[in-house]
Amino acid sequence: MTGTADGVAPISLQRGRLRRETSMHLLEVKNLHVEVDGKPILNGLELSISKGTVHAIMGPNGSGKSTLAHVLAGKDDYVVTQGEVLLDGEDLLALAPEQRAAQGLFLAFQYPFEIPGVATMTFLRTALNAQRKQRGEGELSTPDFLKRVREVAGRLGIEQEMLRRGVNVGFSGGEKKRNEILQMALLEPRLCVLDETDSGLDIDALKVVADGVNRLRSPERAFVVITHYQRLLNYIVPDVVHVLSRGRIVKTGGKDLALDLEATGYAQYQEEMA
Amino acid sequence: MKPEIRPIKTAAETALASSFAAARRALPGGAAVAALREDGFRRFERDGLPHRRVEEWKYTDLRALMRDAKPLAGAPDTETKARAERALRALAAIEARRVVFVDGALVPEFSDLAELEPGLGIRSMAQALAEADARVVGSLGKAVPTDDVAVALNTAFMGDGALIHVTAGAVLARPLHLVFVNAGAAPASLFVRSLALIENSARVMLVESHIGASGGAGQDQVNTVLELQVGDGAHVDHVKITGAGAGAIHISTLMAAIGAHGRFNEFLFTTGGGVVRNQVFVRFAGEGTIAGIRGATLLKHRQHADTTLVADHAAADCTSREVFKSVLDDEGHSVFQGKIIVRPRAQKTDAKMATHALLLSEKAEADNKPELEIFADDVQCGHGATSGALDEDLLFYLNARGIPAKEAEALLIQAFVGEAIEGIEHAGLRDVLLEEAATWLQTRK
Repeated sequence: MTGTADGVAPISLQRGRLRRETSMHLLEVKNLHVEVDGKPILNGLELSISKGTVHAIMGPNGSGKSTLAHVLAGKDDYVVTQGEVLLDGEDLLALAPEQRAAQGLFLAFQYPFEIPGVATMTFLRTALNAQRKQRGEGELSTPDFLKRVREVAGRLGIEQEMLRRGVNVGFSGGEKKRNEILQMALLEPRLCVLDETDSGLDIDALKVVADGVNRLRSPERAFVVITHYQRLLNYIVPDVVHVLSRGRIVKTGGKDLALDLEATGYAQYQEEMA
Repeated sequence: MKPEIRPIKTAAETALASSFAAARRALPGGAAVAALREDGFRRFERDGLPHRRVEEWKYTDLRALMRDAKPLAGAPDTETKARAERALRALAAIEARRVVFVDGALVPEFSDLAELEPGLGIRSMAQALAEADARVVGSLGKAVPTDDVAVALNTAFMGDGALIHVTAGAVLARPLHLVFVNAGAAPASLFVRSLALIENSARVMLVESHIGASGGAGQDQVNTVLELQVGDGAHVDHVKITGAGAGAIHISTLMAAIGAHGRFNEFLFTTGGGVVRNQVFVRFAGEGTIAGIRGATLLKHRQHADTTLVADHAAADCTSREVFKSVLDDEGHSVFQGKIIVRPRAQKTDAKMATHALLLSEKAEADNKPELEIFADDVQCGHGATSGALDEDLLFYLNARGIPAKEAEALLIQAFVGEAIEGIEHAGLRDVLLEEAATWLQTRK
């Protein structure tokens, strides 16, 4: 099924056609090479994602999953040595992290940070207004903002009291992940990258988080779900599954690929590369 | 055999000596006060201005920092008062009973002295000295006796200040706000001396603001002393906001003696002045008192601010928490010297001291010198210090949510300072200080 599943564009060698197809994709990663501390982590990664689709990226530890997430978001310790990344045809790598966010990219962190002294509410409002300002939009009115926060927070089981506390301060692992989904829902990104959102979650918390994500699925929005385990994909059902090994996509298929991986493990892909 | 070293007098020392010679007869007070002044001046003359080889002044070398001594401030004229009045408008947000001093002198027409609450008395220190009020004269320098040279100089030159008396059990509904505005046309020296006698079980919130609004490029030299004598079971909050002129030298000393089973909260908020030294000498004179001694300092350019604290636990069962935070940009330099003394009688003392410095530039400097002198065997005492830059991971987290770098930095700095300010009990004052911190951040490069 390589390269033919829904949402994966056939690769064309003709430049003219390629450009037309590019415009159909929300995200286009081409021949991406990334180093961290001089060590190559991504080695010619290719990825095309259309609007309205959910792509899962699976792979063994150290295959470059989190590096991909961080380089998309713009973390500066990650050095791009080759390749390009286009978000809706625009050069993503030329933008600062906050500009990427304003353009509709969202990274749900594997380990969300605690920010003592910055109330969650302040954080949410500052982020939303900063993005709107960059896009030339007006600030959201306070009643509208509060209404939206309460609605989404309620659905995610985040209590009002938690919103007054410092960002993620005293939150359990599950609460931190739910807080990431809350931010995602409020900021309404076009491309959501979820970095190991399932790590450290029990099954109930996993369902709440997955439900939060599924509610955000829309024809205008795409998701990249990065995970080590198949379990999350029972709840967030992907359209496409990629296997990442040693910094490259080595296999692409439909959702059944995740089940195969669960049965056989990653060993075969690591050996193929060796 | 002790070698006799007579240092050459600096320009500032010479100027102070001639100021004293010229002014001694005109300064307020009778024979008893004159004797105190002579003692103070002799103490100053003995060693001169403190310098880096004097341990208590190691990081604030006044001999080097004080190039000259400005002439003593005169009585404020109409223009000076007009400048002061403009500067006062910014304080409207603090809901309090205001008592205003311009160039060190009480100005009744700017002050709210009408309809004092029962049990509250406010007077001019200069007037009390001139009338040779025996109780006042007898109380000077008694709260926490010290050999400190800045206090000695203040005693020699003391002019006006606030004299506050709160009788037993009186509860002041509004904070008492002492505002010191320097607004003279030319740089001047000011020696302010205040005294507050707070009797048993009284409840008082005292706010002190120091504002530089002078025409003299903010180069005033201020030496201010506040003595607090607090009775048993009283609850006293004192907040000092220092926003002196950019080139000002501001030296302040708080001497507080706290009775038994009381509550005492001190907060020092400093953004202003070229050279600032805040000395806090607190003596726990009675058992079972709980005290919080905290502060936040925000410095930029080449500002220097020194907080020197001595918490003297002379009685058993007292708890004190000392927490000081500084945010340092450009070549800002903060100093913290904190000493906790636990006397032999002061068993069950629980004292913890912490300092945290946030360095926003490569050239900023934070010096920290904690000292514990413990003579009792059943106590809990500790100190800790941190210093560092803004957390890169937190900045990235904020950036990744769409918040630009400068705004993200401001948010984290505000959070750092905010944690300290949150400890102030008065909500209105908390908001004012948070606002001041925000303004400071906006003027950052």
